[in-house]
Amino acid sequence: MTPHEARERVTTIPVGRRLFLGLVGLGALGVAFGGAVQRRLGDALGSGLGGLLPGGDRFRIYSINGDFPVIAPSAYRLHVSGLVDRPTTFTLDDLEAMPATTMVKAFQCVTGWRVPNVEWRGVRLSHLLDQVGARPDAVAVSFESYDGADTESLTIDQARLPDVIVAYRMLNAPITVEHGGPVRLYVAPMYGYKSLKWLSAIRVVDAVEPGYWEMNGYPVNGWLDGTTGPTNPDPSLT
Amino acid sequence: MTADSDVAASERPRDLVRFDAVERATHWISAALFIVLIVTAIPLYFGSLFGVTLPRVDVEQVHLWTGLALPVPFVVAVFAPWGRRLRRDIRRVNDWTHEEITWLRSWGRFEIDADKFNPGQKLNAVVVAASSIVLFATGVVLKWFDLVPVSWRSGATFVHDTFAWLLVLFIVGHVVMALTHPAALMSMVRGRVSEVWASRHAPRWFAEREGKVSPERD
Repeated sequence: MTPHEARERVTTIPVGRRLFLGLVGLGALGVAFGGAVQRRLGDALGSGLGGLLPGGDRFRIYSINGDFPVIAPSAYRLHVSGLVDRPTTFTLDDLEAMPATTMVKAFQCVTGWRVPNVEWRGVRLSHLLDQVGARPDAVAVSFESYDGADTESLTIDQARLPDVIVAYRMLNAPITVEHGGPVRLYVAPMYGYKSLKWLSAIRVVDAVEPGYWEMNGYPVNGWLDGTTGPTNPDPSLT
Repeated sequence: MTADSDVAASERPRDLVRFDAVERATHWISAALFIVLIVTAIPLYFGSLFGVTLPRVDVEQVHLWTGLALPVPFVVAVFAPWGRRLRRDIRRVNDWTHEEITWLRSWGRFEIDADKFNPGQKLNAVVVAASSIVLFATGVVLKWFDLVPVSWRSGATFVHDTFAWLLVLFIVGHVVMALTHPAALMSMVRGRVSEVWASRHAPRWFAEREGKVSPERD
């Protein structure tokens, strides 16, 4: 009999250890299967109800420098320049007058959180590039944000994918300021950080310029299936 | 219960050590770290709900490094020679009598021959310890996310948030109990309780110390 057992004449049960291991085990199970459970719940409930679950389907709002640049829709301008025949500045009305594309897709962050059934509406980036006459020797497209900090880039082929849009509606409403409104990029086949918020300028350039998050360690090509090559062979992503 | 007569029989009231300096230092350093973690978690978690705008990257760094520091005071205390009393208290938290289990299941509806810690306090200690480990591990997954598949990252986010809520619930309860039980709170400040307190709130521990149950070990 160890001194530990001799402490009490009363028989004791190691409830503390069992409870501890049980909770840690629950945590491990949650890591392995919580995503799938939450995904099913979220798909069933939609992002409204699912957003009430702890850790559920809710956007985590990231801002690099702490404030959201507030831009009135009437004051919004998108400058497109670089290797183009006709550098142009677009207003929100200009963008809304162009052929619109609508998509309903899950928004997936590279760190794991995911919001299902998000509706997006905007104009295809390829359409904008055609409008300004992107030159054939263009290699990449760089994006700048009104926050003055975030930058992004895509190869010209990625930029021309049909589900890469300059979005002005999200969640069935004009894009709110915390979601990057009035106009943001939405790169559907890639992780959320590629979908730059508060889009201010598009430059057509001759080389890929890694953006803010890529300089902070994220892959330049953030395909949703985890591959990091410039092109992605998985047609289901697009 | 014979505790009352024990007190009456003793020559004069003495104070008993409930927590030694190592335990108190570990408790308060960890408490300070928990406060920083909770305060920094608020803008990270509720940013999307209330539009809290702080430099997220800075808040994130404070949260991250505080989280990484969280286990340090406990590990330094528990594995070192000076952690004897802490290790003994952990064994107490582990050991439950049938009566204690019944007491907790009844939400404390009957008088119990309480140990140094009552079942509610034991439960609190276990939940805080387990949640801390789970939050630490899932936090590491969220930070160094490229080590695991994306489905695990989703799961880790879910678990981190859920256990954070659980932990906050227990911490709030713990603070409420401390503020409504000043003698117990003071034992974590100065380390001591009176014999009267011990005989009333921890009779089994008191009897044990007085050699009525088994040799003094604490």
